Amino acid sequence: MTTAPTSTPSTLPPTRTARLTGAAANYIDERTSISGIVKELGRKIFPDHWSFMLGEVALYSFVVILLSGTWLTFFFQPSMAEVHYEGSYVPLKGLEMSIAYASALDISFDIRGGLLMRQMHHWAALLFIAAIGLHMLRVFFTGAFRKPREINWFVGFVLFILAMAEGFTGYSLPDDLLSGNGLRIIDGMVKAIPIIGVWISYLLFGGEFPGTDVVARFYSLHILLLPAVLVAALGVHMLLLIINKHTQFAGPGKTNDNVVGVPIMPVFAAKAGGFFFIVFGVLTVIAAFFTINPIWNYGPYDPSPVSAGTQPDWYIGFADGALRLVPPHLETVIFGYVFSWNILLPLGVLPLFLGAVAFYPWLEAWITGDKREHHIADRPRNAPVRTAIGAAGVTFYAVLWAAASSDLIATHFGLGIEMVIHTLQALLFIGPVVAFMLTRRICLGLQRKDREIALHGFESGRIVRLPGGEYIEVHEQVDEYERWKLLAYDDYQPLMLRPNARGQITVGERIRSRLSGWFYEDRISPVNQRELEESSHH
Amino acid sequence: MSKKTTSDRSGRGRNTGRRHPLATVALLAIGLMTTGGAYAAVTTAAAADETASPAVTQSTIDEGQVLFDANCASCHGLDAAGTENGPTLIGVGSAAVDFQVGTGRMPMARNQPQAEQKPAQFTDEQVTALAEYVASLAPGPAIPDEEYLQADGDATNGAELFRINCAMCHNVAGAGGALTQGKYAPTLRGVLPQHIYEAMQTGPQNMPVFNDLNLSPEDKADIITYLKYIEDNPAPGGFRLGDLGPVAEGLFMWIFGLGALVAVTVWLTAKSH
Ligand code: HEC
Ligand code: HEC
Repeated sequence: MTTAPTSTPSTLPPTRTARLTGAAANYIDERTSISGIVKELGRKIFPDHWSFMLGEVALYSFVVILLSGTWLTFFFQPSMAEVHYEGSYVPLKGLEMSIAYASALDISFDIRGGLLMRQMHHWAALLFIAAIGLHMLRVFFTGAFRKPREINWFVGFVLFILAMAEGFTGYSLPDDLLSGNGLRIIDGMVKAIPIIGVWISYLLFGGEFPGTDVVARFYSLHILLLPAVLVAALGVHMLLLIINKHTQFAGPGKTNDNVVGVPIMPVFAAKAGGFFFIVFGVLTVIAAFFTINPIWNYGPYDPSPVSAGTQPDWYIGFADGALRLVPPHLETVIFGYVFSWNILLPLGVLPLFLGAVAFYPWLEAWITGDKREHHIADRPRNAPVRTAIGAAGVTFYAVLWAAASSDLIATHFGLGIEMVIHTLQALLFIGPVVAFMLTRRICLGLQRKDREIALHGFESGRIVRLPGGEYIEVHEQVDEYERWKLLAYDDYQPLMLRPNARGQITVGERIRSRLSGWFYEDRISPVNQRELEESSHH
Repeated sequence: MSKKTTSDRSGRGRNTGRRHPLATVALLAIGLMTTGGAYAAVTTAAAADETASPAVTQSTIDEGQVLFDANCASCHGLDAAGTENGPTLIGVGSAAVDFQVGTGRMPMARNQPQAEQKPAQFTDEQVTALAEYVASLAPGPAIPDEEYLQADGDATNGAELFRINCAMCHNVAGAGGALTQGKYAPTLRGVLPQHIYEAMQTGPQNMPVFNDLNLSPEDKADIITYLKYIEDNPAPGGFRLGDLGPVAEGLFMWIFGLGALVAVTVWLTAKSH
């Protein structure tokens, strides 16, 4: 390869550097066969829709977390031994505190650039999980989790949980009042688990809460185990993404069998590289100007005080909200043992909710009996029931989330906190139902409108008087490109209840056909070819 | 001050076990100093009042009574004996009146879960007159000494005491917080040292009283020092986002952080027409 050009006069002799890079590339390729991967990756197609880049926001903020976090490990000391603070923050001078807290304060006040790094790390963590959340919503509402991508949905879900675990362990490390209060709540929840709860708590904290071990243990989890698992899962996630390729929205030439868009190399790679720096930049600006977790305000952890407005970071908020919404006094005493339902209830409901999220792809596939591969992203309106389920789930989550800030809602809107809580309790049950019905109606309405437009064009607003004296509004046809979007979606039928091979109808099948009927009983069929031809004749 | 001197000297006397020739003189001196000290304490308290309004005299008290009858008696009753609409003020002391009227809480406008803070309706002289009038009815906590209001105490001790005694209602950074039934602990930013002291001393509305046995005057001065420290020094981390904690941070990240980046993704993937 590198020897050929010199003989032909028409090609310019390669420059010294070009020859050097060529030789280097060759050297590497001969030993790693990497060129195949580069070719494969480079020809990978990236569809042009903004919502497909949310995962990237998550990925890049994770890189920022890794970099800033590594830097923080140089200075943070995860020990709960007591010292007297002698750093430069005046209102804590001379106070006894753990080494962990003191070193976090030193990072904030006495190490150059430390506060910026701390704030960047924390802000990036908030962004990371927020971006994952939004990315999951995009995948859900476009049906991009369907075959063959179910497994990757699940891996993504695992990443989401790992990210929350990383966030929570990180939140607990500075050993300030806020993080200690957070740990205390977790301790309470663990202890409420019947029989084994107290054992687990003692195991976790190395004795009675708070003990002297938990920071060091969480530190190991936070910087070793969890990141390792997270990076591995991330690798699987990316690999499956490459194998399965992206979904795309329907359009002329975009079918279930191809992927249309810009190849990653070079345009997208350039854009993506730039985008990484944009994410980095946005985080830096935020970290430079906006305080996050001012640990110096909270003081060292001490089990007695609790501050007003003690909340977890946003991603744990839904769990905190669930605890706040449970009515008080829900306890039963059995054989002198207290079952605190006000803790066990959320502890049971939240895993159910998360489980539904994790296994939704299989649930939907079972209900619809759809075993085909899907590479075309659904427009949310074209799957009304799924979209409605999503809306209900979002509402459920949002109510729990709002409940975590019930006190701030009360003070900032001049309401009584009891009223806020009772309203949210009611909303937790009514909200998802209303959201479900409303969303499904809206989707069906939109589908009907799409059908109308595909067949008869859109109203141009131009009123014409016909020779006979009749007034009509002129309808204009949408162009082919637009019309494609309106037409391309699958029509589903409810599953028929059929006896199985042994001629029996099982209970499972009955439930399934019920659910399938519920999924598809109201639907708007896509416009078919005949209708289309008929409509274009008048 | 005088108390400390007393104990020092008597200690030494006991150690020698025998009356020193100068003992009588010392005793005399002690007697003089204690009475003198007590006198001085009384007069400085009076002097502190005098700096606010010259001469605590019967005429000030009379002026206060006139103001009281006109503005407060409808709820608190003539002679401050209390009515259905307001509690008795006998024995609440000048500190309570100075706080309630000085921060604009009194006169109360309407029945609410908590007396709302309004722009103060009286001049400093009038507030003092009202305070003196109420104080003249029965003894009670007095307007604090200037020496405790300088915000030059021990900020570390103040911060610690604040976290233990106040943060559960007012939040660690004094940003305020919710209580039950529509009541709330207000933010402590911009509150005058004098009013902070009086609030602790008198426990307005739903706030507990922190008397001098709970928190000594020096402790109160330390708390004031801490509150003024965080108020007067720029926040180390940049804008504080209201000191509201993780909720404000989460909202900020969702709206401005993720919002900005979504805008960028839309821009990056926009078709170049
Ligand atoms: C509309 C009725 C109303 C008026 C007018 C009013 N008050 Fe009050 N005041 C109240 C009520 C009610 C409370 C008790 C509030 C509580 O504890 O929640 C109160 C409490 C107080 C207290 C605190 C008592 C304590 O135990 O510490 C003081 C001091 C006070 N008022 C002074 C005044 C003064 C001085 C005026 C006139 C300038 C005034 N009030 C006018 C209704 C009123
Ligand atoms: C049980 C909750 C509670 C605790 C504990 C508490 N406060 Fe308060 N505080 C309140 C409430 C409620 C008010 C509002 C009273 C009102 O509006 O009259 C208040 C008012 C105040 C005010 C007046 C603020 C203003 O805007 O004028 C100050 C100052 C204050 N508190 C300081 C403190 C300090 C210092 C401590 C600790 C020593 C403390 N509080 C402890 C509930 C509390």
